[in-house]
Amino acid sequence: MNVRSQIAMVFHLDKCIGCHTCSIACKNIWTDRKGAEYMWWNNVETKPGTGYPTKWENQEIYKGGWEKNGDTVSLKGTGKFKGLKNIFHNPYMPVLDDYYEPWTYKYQDLFTAPEGDDQPTARPVSLVTGETIEVKSGPNWDDDMGGSPDFARQDVNLEKLSPAEREAMFQLERMTFHYLPRICNHCLNPACVASCPSGALYKRGEDGVVLINQERCRAWRMCVTACPYKKSYYNWHTGKSEKCVLCYPRLESGQAPACFHSCVGRIRYLGVLLYDADKIERIASATDENLVEAQLEIYLDPFDPEVIKQAALNGIAMSTIEAAQKSPVYKFLKVWKLALPLHPEFRTLPNLFYVPALLPGMANVQNGIYNTTSKSLWHGIDATRLPIKYLASLFSAGNTDKIVEVLKRLMAVRMHRRGETVGDLSKEEISAAMHEINLNGKTADEIFRLTSLATFDERFVIPPAHREESIEMLENTADVKGNTGFGFKERPARGL
Amino acid sequence: MLNQLLFIALPYVALATFLVGSIYRYLYKGFKVSSLSSQFLEGRTLFFGSQPFHWGLFFLFFGHLIAFLFPSTLIAWNGHTVRLLIIECASFAFGISALWGLLALVTRRLTNKRVQMVTNKMDVVVYLVLFIQIVSGLCVAYFNRWGSNWFAAFLTPYLRSIFVFDPQIDAISTVNSVWLKIHVVSAFSIIAIIPFTRFVHFLVYPVDYLWRSYQQVIWNWDRRSIRTSRAHSYGKKSLNN
Repeated sequence: MNVRSQIAMVFHLDKCIGCHTCSIACKNIWTDRKGAEYMWWNNVETKPGTGYPTKWENQEIYKGGWEKNGDTVSLKGTGKFKGLKNIFHNPYMPVLDDYYEPWTYKYQDLFTAPEGDDQPTARPVSLVTGETIEVKSGPNWDDDMGGSPDFARQDVNLEKLSPAEREAMFQLERMTFHYLPRICNHCLNPACVASCPSGALYKRGEDGVVLINQERCRAWRMCVTACPYKKSYYNWHTGKSEKCVLCYPRLESGQAPACFHSCVGRIRYLGVLLYDADKIERIASATDENLVEAQLEIYLDPFDPEVIKQAALNGIAMSTIEAAQKSPVYKFLKVWKLALPLHPEFRTLPNLFYVPALLPGMANVQNGIYNTTSKSLWHGIDATRLPIKYLASLFSAGNTDKIVEVLKRLMAVRMHRRGETVGDLSKEEISAAMHEINLNGKTADEIFRLTSLATFDERFVIPPAHREESIEMLENTADVKGNTGFGFKERPARGL
Repeated sequence: MLNQLLFIALPYVALATFLVGSIYRYLYKGFKVSSLSSQFLEGRTLFFGSQPFHWGLFFLFFGHLIAFLFPSTLIAWNGHTVRLLIIECASFAFGISALWGLLALVTRRLTNKRVQMVTNKMDVVVYLVLFIQIVSGLCVAYFNRWGSNWFAAFLTPYLRSIFVFDPQIDAISTVNSVWLKIHVVSAFSIIAIIPFTRFVHFLVYPVDYLWRSYQQVIWNWDRRSIRTSRAHSYGKKSLNN
């Protein structure tokens, strides 16, 4: 057993209202610079939809992540041979147009335009070339376009559905969408780290944050291809790649990352997980249908004395182990089994987990009347608008049983609370739902509490960084914002 | 006098600048050491420029290096006419490939507005010296044929004399080919400008990726032993304090 600690995350999709506050918080802190305008380390997508960059989930195009190769895994589009072979031109790399051309407006024209019959306008200008452009796409361009032919129907996850199922999804009475906020998953088996020819990417031992060393990055661009979530971005101005840093300067000082802190719906949870690094390779190469279950196995019980002993031997501070015991992520993931990884079939062992949204029940059209009534209070999960297969393609590598299990748990908690607070559901109905998934009232109340009433400190359990042991972490990051950045001794100017 | 300037002074100035400048830039200006890829801004026509250009130069570089390091082996290999023809034709083909690639890259840079935005003055210098270098090389290959044979007679002794600090320029200064002289002078010019241009990226070509383990985990504590460690592989690096 080789115990390491990892900062892991849970996003509760039932609570996400798609307000993009997280994206803006991140943008203002990290990516409001030349060359980084198009980067959205945090973005919120509408599902079904094509996402950002367009069709990022389709690894036939981008060749990201790992593929199972017997008892082990190998990189899909990069690696020692493929990477060095394609180093002069990377055929699978997304280009600016797959994201969007960043722009601003000529606001000055509003003031300087000569007097005339028409209102002056501020025309959009490209932030890359400075020329006026016709804006054709932008971040989050498909926001709320749940039924649209250009976006929703191009969703890669629909491939698992039969044509009939797909058509049914887009009938007016079935149309639905939900939001999917995404940041870097800070994976246990990061493909970006493995693909970097110059070794600029690394995973921090203390908290598992994956970072790019800006002084060692040589713009070989392999991480952009290798990350199946497309969360490594190439800065076209400095000639260096950049990615989500999980606000590590904030984490080190005990604050939640900006996107977490600012989340209006309070959908985000962050905490420590202990994991066994010896198992990474075996678990990354599990069969598709076992991937979710296998990944749960790698995370260790922080109350187990043997785990605590091994963790201490590996130099993990007692305060970190205590944080792991209080971790909301551990509860959602291992104890309650409510959270699932996004696209586990990419085999990077992501550390961002999602509690899927309880799907809205399906309405029907009778005699031209749109009818949403149903026999039960919230419709059964068997009458959901989105096919379970679609969710399975997102969160469980196609294993529909996993999705049904989670949805049943969420539904049982909801019924239990309805019984407690309103009392219009029959006792038998509630206990049948609870019994089916082995849930008792106490646990259901705990789930309810952490889901809806949790305080800031319950949602974000951040272990102390022990700055006393680490001189580097003492540098004041705010002093050098917009200038050299921290850890750097020179201005981040483009080379010649 | 001119010969001494071009074939003694220039090489030493070039080599000294190259050594001091590159080491300084690598150590103290790490952020500026990058291939500055513009593929993100334009990827399609880059393929038709970058691939033939880089592969052409790649083989030509090692061809020259072999001719310099193992001249007798090369001459022995060239003993057969067929082999000599193969090597001459292949070299010429790589030269054409590099020239084609260079022209494609220049055209791309001139016509694509986005790529122009990340073009600086030194890129123009780079294109200029590379153009002179490749064209003069092709002219030498065409007008003064069988260079792979006479390289050993004219250039190897000269280059070797430079490196042992006993410059002998008789052979090179009396050689009856202006193309060859241009080729040598522009070669040393390229070496001289390496630290000041994007040429630096070939110095950091990631050969060590071949033997590095895929995953890298770095601990902040105990920095001396951990920071530089490349020994990590799956789950093997543990007792980190």
